[in-house]
Amino acid sequence: MQKMPQWADVVLIPLISLILAATLSALVILGIGEDPIAAVNMMIKGSLASTYGWGYTLYYATNFMFTGLAVAVAFHARMFNIGGEGQAMIGGLGVALVALYIPWPHWSLALVFCTIGAAIFGAAWAYIPAVLQAKRGSHIVITTIMFNFIAAALLNYLLVNILIPEGSMDPATANFPEATHLPTLHDLLAPFGIKFSKAAPANVSLIVALLAAFAVWILIWRTKLGYEIRAFGHSESAAKYAGINPVKITVIAMLISGGLAGMMAINVTLGESERLILNSTEGAGFIGIAVALMGRSHPFGVILASILFGFLYQGGAELALWTNIPRELIVVIQALVIMFTGALDNMVRMPLEKLFVALRKET
Amino acid sequence: MLEFFQDFITVSDSTLRLSTPLLLACLAGLFSERAGIFDIGLEGKMLAAAFFSAAIAAVSGSVWLGLLAGISASLALALLHGVASITFRGNQLISGVAINFLAAGMTVLIAQSWFKQGGRTPSLFAGGRFKEITLPFADTLASVPILGPLYADLISGHSILVYVALATVPLTWWVLYRTRFGLRLRAVGEAPEAVDTAGVSVIGLRYSAVLICGVLCGIAGAYMATGLQAGFVKDMTAGRGYIALAALIFAKWRPWYALSSCLLFGFLQAIALRADLIEKYLGFKVQVHLLDALPYILTVIILAGFVGKAIPPRAGGEPYVKER
Repeated sequence: MQKMPQWADVVLIPLISLILAATLSALVILGIGEDPIAAVNMMIKGSLASTYGWGYTLYYATNFMFTGLAVAVAFHARMFNIGGEGQAMIGGLGVALVALYIPWPHWSLALVFCTIGAAIFGAAWAYIPAVLQAKRGSHIVITTIMFNFIAAALLNYLLVNILIPEGSMDPATANFPEATHLPTLHDLLAPFGIKFSKAAPANVSLIVALLAAFAVWILIWRTKLGYEIRAFGHSESAAKYAGINPVKITVIAMLISGGLAGMMAINVTLGESERLILNSTEGAGFIGIAVALMGRSHPFGVILASILFGFLYQGGAELALWTNIPRELIVVIQALVIMFTGALDNMVRMPLEKLFVALRKET
Repeated sequence: MLEFFQDFITVSDSTLRLSTPLLLACLAGLFSERAGIFDIGLEGKMLAAAFFSAAIAAVSGSVWLGLLAGISASLALALLHGVASITFRGNQLISGVAINFLAAGMTVLIAQSWFKQGGRTPSLFAGGRFKEITLPFADTLASVPILGPLYADLISGHSILVYVALATVPLTWWVLYRTRFGLRLRAVGEAPEAVDTAGVSVIGLRYSAVLICGVLCGIAGAYMATGLQAGFVKDMTAGRGYIALAALIFAKWRPWYALSSCLLFGFLQAIALRADLIEKYLGFKVQVHLLDALPYILTVIILAGFVGKAIPPRAGGEPYVKER
């Protein structure tokens, strides 16, 4: 017998966790001597009140959709992929190589093949931790953390020593050719007569992210492989008994996860900076953890949580610009969301379950 | 030859300094993980301790008050980790991640609010830092060939926390392997149900392990900000908590091995600062980036089990649920 109705599990618990995180964040803002209500107003104004703000909010949200889906897929196989950051960095390398060294006639082809390049590179970076977990039992959390650092060092090396154009002092690749320039939301919406800010970086990658979310939904709930991944996540021994190969599922789930994380690079590297720069991921790989936890590892939840975090990110940038509140406020909010929706889940769940059981007895 | 000896002393000296925070954090993790609580929040606890020790030392002018504040901050986060992972049986890894971000964000937020210097504390002067201690006879013995400089420049002349860190190694060994508390602590990380059956509180033991971890991380962070450097800057631990975690795996969760693995990783950091010496003595260039990545690469190799298998405590990461 379920202790709680489904809606409570899916909606109520995340909502309460979110309210707790928001309340604490407000207290933090009060604590550093600022006005939380004014701060929220400014965040909304800066991120949702204009198409320029929306353009940034959706741009960040695109990143978080990819990394959130990456963490979510791994969660379904009961693995904690903390390496989204590194996988996204290496995905950026894939994008850069494809965009720089192949002359593309049109952006659409460049987008398709850069996406493939990003996914392959990201997946490859997840492959070694996956195999080590599956075959040698090395804990995936530790190995993916280590691979984040190795990725950072590798990228640093490549950008400083090899990919840097001659005569340049800036550790970044050359600019991508003009033909690979992705259309922004401004370009995409103009034919429909919708005016959208020209300066905002949100681009066609957003559509790719939404497609990816749909594909993940199909994969997890409508295919045999997805069924196997979920079965493996629920009980490894039962999955084995049912003839599911744990090594195969671990590796495949991690490859998909790494590929999704890597695909984030089409948004930042191909879509925005149009060259590979140092630290292009800016922690988005880690925000994927908060997004996946809040979205309950469901693609639709991940999309909603991504937009929320996109709003926080853009709003936080506005705050840092106009007030005394540093950008790190977002890191604190992110930490609180991870804490409440992830680690302190039972703190919210236990009293609620008791409440529902008590209510049921009365009726 | 003399030049080589001097370079050797310089590098060993900075190895010892750079190993100290790693060693303290590594032993902190050892207590926690031996009791069955994974802790990837070492980084965050160190960072919080670094900030509060520097902030309080800057305001009060007393490095000891700073140390106390640092330990308290780290303890608070350790307690949070305990509440999440022991009391509410949450996911220990997720809790650790959250703690790292919490510390990374809060330190900058509070630093900006208190000092308005872009997320750093004011630089610490004399009383706000741990002084270097000259061991007895260091000056008189300095002129003795070989052994003199070895004693005067390498062993003597560090801040007290370096010696505290070194002393913590045998202490940890003694506590873990020679006391009843240590036996129970190790047992609770391997077979908590057995400890419970014997009538000893699993929850109590795990909380004490997590709090010991908090104290040691606090000292590690305080050393970063008031010993190694003079003040707090944003994100100053720079992944040391993760290197300590790597060192812990490298050491296979044993105190004496922890000393050697931390010295090794500290040496890699020291040599990365003096990459010119490698070229001077070995005749080839080593990429600094490779040296940066080496601790992580070594850890992955160890984890892969190609060089002796690292087996974590059996009940690690699993919340204990009493049988009914």
